[in-house]
Amino acid sequence: MDIIKRKSELVNEFSPMLEKSTKTSKIWVSFLILVILIGLVAFIIQVVNGHIVTGMRDNVVWGIYIINFIFFVCLSYSGAFISGILHFFKSPWKNSVSRIVEIITVLSLIIGPIFILLCIGRLDRLYFLFLYPRIQSPITWDIIAIMTDLLGCFIYLYLTFIPDFAMLRDNSENAPKWRQKMYKILAIKYYDTPTQREALHKITRTMSVMVIALAIVAYSVLAWIFSLTVQPGWNSSIFAPYFIIAGLYSGVSVIIIAMYLIRKFYHLDHYIRKVHFMGAGVILLIISILFGYFTFSEYFSRWFSHKIEDTKLLDTLFNRYFWYFIFANYIGVLVPVFILFFKKFRTIKSITFAAVIAILGLYVNRYLIVVPTLETPYLPIQDTRPEYIHYTATWIEWALSFAGIAAFILFFILIMRLVPIIPMSGIIDYEREQKRKPHASNNH
Amino acid sequence: MANKKTEEGSNNRRNFLRLGLMSSVSAVAGATLISNLTADEVEPSGEKIRVLTPDGKMVEVDAKSINKYPEAVITPTESRKGIPDKKFVMVIDLAKCKNARKCVEGCQKAHKLDDHEEFMKVQLIQNNEEGSPYWFPKPCFHCDEPPCVTVCPTGATFKREDGIVLIDNERCIGCKFCITSCPYSARQFNWGHKEKFEDKSQPYSPETQVPAAEGTVMKCDFCPDMLRQGKLPHCATACPMGVIYFGDKNEDIVTNGSETVSFSQLIKDRGGYRHLEHLGTKPNVYYLPAVNRQFPVERGFDVDEEIIERYKDVPFVKELKEQGKL
Repeated sequence: MDIIKRKSELVNEFSPMLEKSTKTSKIWVSFLILVILIGLVAFIIQVVNGHIVTGMRDNVVWGIYIINFIFFVCLSYSGAFISGILHFFKSPWKNSVSRIVEIITVLSLIIGPIFILLCIGRLDRLYFLFLYPRIQSPITWDIIAIMTDLLGCFIYLYLTFIPDFAMLRDNSENAPKWRQKMYKILAIKYYDTPTQREALHKITRTMSVMVIALAIVAYSVLAWIFSLTVQPGWNSSIFAPYFIIAGLYSGVSVIIIAMYLIRKFYHLDHYIRKVHFMGAGVILLIISILFGYFTFSEYFSRWFSHKIEDTKLLDTLFNRYFWYFIFANYIGVLVPVFILFFKKFRTIKSITFAAVIAILGLYVNRYLIVVPTLETPYLPIQDTRPEYIHYTATWIEWALSFAGIAAFILFFILIMRLVPIIPMSGIIDYEREQKRKPHASNNH
Repeated sequence: MANKKTEEGSNNRRNFLRLGLMSSVSAVAGATLISNLTADEVEPSGEKIRVLTPDGKMVEVDAKSINKYPEAVITPTESRKGIPDKKFVMVIDLAKCKNARKCVEGCQKAHKLDDHEEFMKVQLIQNNEEGSPYWFPKPCFHCDEPPCVTVCPTGATFKREDGIVLIDNERCIGCKFCITSCPYSARQFNWGHKEKFEDKSQPYSPETQVPAAEGTVMKCDFCPDMLRQGKLPHCATACPMGVIYFGDKNEDIVTNGSETVSFSQLIKDRGGYRHLEHLGTKPNVYYLPAVNRQFPVERGFDVDEEIIERYKDVPFVKELKEQGKL
């Protein structure tokens, strides 16, 4: 009976987070909606006038849309990866972050593919992908990979939600009718009996392994879209593992930033502790070193073997894109490494700062993979129209990019209104474990 | 029933095409008047007209089923087949090119392209720092291992039996993957809406790429509509210097309109090569090196105002001018 009491206690603790909307949160939500609306206007302009309104032209046919696509999809895969590992190895501090990771995974997997749709010239013919599919095309592989991954992640996320839905169902007598009804349906008759609990644990564990496998496959396919072409900056055999590392780099960084913001705005200092930041910081350190290593070997071999096309590409990178290159591949790697390497620099704020630098650097790194390569084809561009020689994103593209980020944050806030960001069932499980062996570690 | 009729119709047309290519010019002229019985059935008008079939018979057909346009239009489905027993190949003699840009203009006119839309591009390139720059006309290479075709997710771009790579812009979804995978920058995208897309006076065929469509890809097509009539592509016909040879590898013959030579002999004797051979795409466009040139490279600039304007801001041209090589 102890557990039942504890459950209702937890629900009471987290309920204000689900129901109350403060003034700041209202302002935030309306701001995000405004950004999304501007993006919607930009989208309508693009649909009506065609892709001419973007900065993309015959040479640089893919711009920041595809960069956003890679960025969000990688974020999602790395979320799945991290979450799967947390679940599978039953890491001690997983409980406070696992739900954040899972939500990031699913949201970015919904938003990412929208950006690839923005790259497509004839959205009205999208169903041709299914009507006349060609399995030889890496795009077809990517569609299959993303759809499978999306489905897998949804199932996985839902599985982790079920115990909390059940707790909310049993303990929300004061909540509005529609909420009670919703929780009842979503909890699919889960009553936390030992058999049910064990079955759910088993399924979740299996799914967590599946999700890791799916993420690796989907990552690699995404990298192959670039590396299977013969273009100088893309045709690289390390692209698939490089993308996996880069994805984890952005994934861990986004998790750190989300942890920081959620801790700050929801006053969850008790649950999201310094130890979580320290753990994430060390992981980010390892990944940033790996990422730097991959980046270095990628460019080093191009520079050392100096094939003519590679030399031309490096010329572009070191002239026109000099500061971008310095920021992405030096500052974006070395600053996080420097901050995270020394124990005395590791504070919650500095770790979050390192994560911000890492994300910005990685975004520019992506830009440098896509745009300069397309600006440096085998046969030099001989055009007199400046917009055909160099790519500059237009306001339409930026508006839609920011709308994507805004949608990500908005959905995040909305999901946090649906279920507590800290899995209550996890707390119960943890306390149950504690009772069984009271000398276990003292972390959440 | 109606379906069967259409099928028969298109079968007839294919037969006619095959015969048309083989039979004499007069028969072709007569035959082209025959209707192409497209998918939409026409109501008979009652008025009969007598025409000559490819095999020399006089037949009576309904007036309504007579084609409005002189050449039979090849539908997207038929255009995937290719012209039987042919393997088309192009040879570009760089020694003769003086950048008159007539190939570009001829192509633009035939494909209803705008000023900057060039299926055939003439670029100024240089093999190495010591080498002198030369003019390099660049169509689509119609590769035997086309990277663009491999990556297309819907099969909108395809390789035909006769070696030609075409795009069906009614199938294209505009993902642009083919553009990024082509190492020769041969492909272009219709970024915005243009009035000419609305002009439906000529039914669409991948063989002519007219009318073009917004949000789809287009490129040099080797003018299969001309080839079906036994004529040369527009660029080859338009070139005043006879730079562009075109022909059939199976027959081992290429011609620039005034001179007909053996393809293999030409490549052997003149050191023919393919651009960026090491990429393994196996192009069907060969180049004869720019040796013993008939014109100095500067001739490409002092022809007319428009051409000077066209290359004025090209970075490479500027660079060469600074180095005093032009």
